[in-house]
Amino acid sequence: MRNFPKPSAKELLKIYRTASLIKLHDDRVISVLKADKLTMPYYSVRGQEIIPAAISIHLRDDDFVSTIYRGTHDMIAKGFPLDAMWAELAGRVDGACKGKGGPMHLTYPDKGIMLTTGIVGSSLPIANGLAWSALLDESDKVTIANFGDGAANIGAFHESLNMAGLWKLPVVFVCQNNLYAEHTSFKKSTAVEQISCHAASYGFEGITVNGNDANEMYGAAKIGIDRARKGEGPTLIEAMTYRFNGHFVGDSGPYMDKEEYASAVANDPIVALREEVLSRGVATEPELAEIEAQHAEAIEAAMTKALESEFPNTGELLNDVFSIEQQGAS
Amino acid sequence: MGEIKKLNFVQAVNLALDEAMTADPKVIVIGEDVADPEGGGVMGVTSGLSTKFGENRVRSSPISEQAIVGAAIGAALGGYRPMAEVMLMNFVSVAMDMIVNHAAKLRFMSGGQTSVPIVIRTMTGTGIQSGGQHSDYLEAWFAHTPGIKVVAASNPADAYGLMHSAIRDDDPVLFIENIPGYWAPGSVESGKVVPIGKAAVSREGKDVTVVAHSRMVSEALAAAQELEADGVEAEVVDMRTISPWDRETILGSVAKTGRLLVVHEAVKQFGIGAEISAVASEELPDKLKVSPKRLGAPFAPVPFSLPLEQAYAPNRASISAAIHELMN
Repeated sequence: MRNFPKPSAKELLKIYRTASLIKLHDDRVISVLKADKLTMPYYSVRGQEIIPAAISIHLRDDDFVSTIYRGTHDMIAKGFPLDAMWAELAGRVDGACKGKGGPMHLTYPDKGIMLTTGIVGSSLPIANGLAWSALLDESDKVTIANFGDGAANIGAFHESLNMAGLWKLPVVFVCQNNLYAEHTSFKKSTAVEQISCHAASYGFEGITVNGNDANEMYGAAKIGIDRARKGEGPTLIEAMTYRFNGHFVGDSGPYMDKEEYASAVANDPIVALREEVLSRGVATEPELAEIEAQHAEAIEAAMTKALESEFPNTGELLNDVFSIEQQGAS
Repeated sequence: MGEIKKLNFVQAVNLALDEAMTADPKVIVIGEDVADPEGGGVMGVTSGLSTKFGENRVRSSPISEQAIVGAAIGAALGGYRPMAEVMLMNFVSVAMDMIVNHAAKLRFMSGGQTSVPIVIRTMTGTGIQSGGQHSDYLEAWFAHTPGIKVVAASNPADAYGLMHSAIRDDDPVLFIENIPGYWAPGSVESGKVVPIGKAAVSREGKDVTVVAHSRMVSEALAAAQELEADGVEAEVVDMRTISPWDRETILGSVAKTGRLLVVHEAVKQFGIGAEISAVASEELPDKLKVSPKRLGAPFAPVPFSLPLEQAYAPNRASISAAIHELMN
């Protein structure tokens, strides 16, 4: 294991603060779904919270992120406001996308959240373009492309890695390897043991880390993001993790190995990070309890507001798309 | 009035790109072989651009259609106006996810927070024996997709004017070019922009409306010329934009003539002729003197062998015959 840069005490607490918000948010979405107060395809991020929480320490608001349908953790870490998110999850008019995108297409450009795709593998080619725009701007903006282990078997992944390597694009590819592509295990879908090895084929560094370890994840993200910011090209980070709630909410995961699942849940990364924060004396139990209470309150407020707000008018159907009645205004 | 230049289709598109890149530093180009060291495009459409504007703005890319269109989409989200060349129209099939699921939909799905002002240039057409994977007209796929505009110029002046509009448009635009039509000379008026969504009446007539686009316009005009001798005055409407198509001009013409023939090189079944004919039937039941007719390719892949290929797409003779049927 290489010698990764380590987070300071303050940074570790910040990672916990973000990861805890992601977890509490995800828990609340699921409870609302199970109470039948909302209907949507929701892909829980529970178990993968540490990855974006650690990455976001190194990011600015103007850095870009593209992510996928399992992506609320990436967005919350990048600063997606809870009000705009909850209203979008609820399909309400004050959602970030006016209720027209939903959970799989959450977008918030003010915080650099440019794309959420429901198509496996499609976050990468577009991330390259965002990175290309930063190069053309001669800015030091960095683009993070998030995707899962399933995406590494899509052609777009390989096309994108080659282009990024070739053009030294300021992009960090973050493969959140949760060991399942829909219902098929990593072992049964991928010919290599580590997805990070693909980077070597395209001329840049690939790193496999424990994505559930805040220290390792912080260090790997810093290496990749610093490299991109300095104009030294892309990095592929394979962050090993595990999803706690199946492919989608309602999937009981009969295809998942029971021992593997029990072991992952027993090693809940949020619990582990909380213990580390306490044991290192970074924060006290009452301080963490206070952070969590504040998160819960903010989530509750955003959710309540969303559920009370209006649905879009049906006239919204024909907004934000050109009309076939259009007659070439010149 | 701007300066009149004698240009072919290739030169006309090249001039529009050159002017657009000069006027707006956000206009960039990406595609296979588009930069000058690689030939400035396989047909030379982007010739000279990388030399003039640099290889940061004009990038020859690997043969990676998803990555090409994806990079264009991402750069557009980042504030640029990319022109992505997908060399041949059949190759768009490799990039359909990027075009249909992303470029076309992101503005709507983001509630208008983002838009994808890209132009996808692509060429195609029968007549040069390129066979089944290099010749298809696939415009109906995209005309069936909300969020992406589709244009197909039939002459250099429209190619020049439509390219200027396409680059300025905030929506993605698919720009279809006809290969056999690349080298026919034309007159291009500098600065004359052709609006998207506006058809042109290429020839006026009172008896029958022939709607066509791309190469079929010249075939329709030849047929109309031929029919003069028989006393038939055919009006030829060049669609120029396929989506959103110009209902006002096309339906206006049909209302006048009472007869409609739609001609396209794409296969007839589920082609754009079906939509235009259906709308004309719905909107003009009292004006139509006879049911609309359609001409398109048979329901078969484009063949290689010369006589088969010649029998594939509509032409002057088949258009004349169809008009005669409508008149009788």
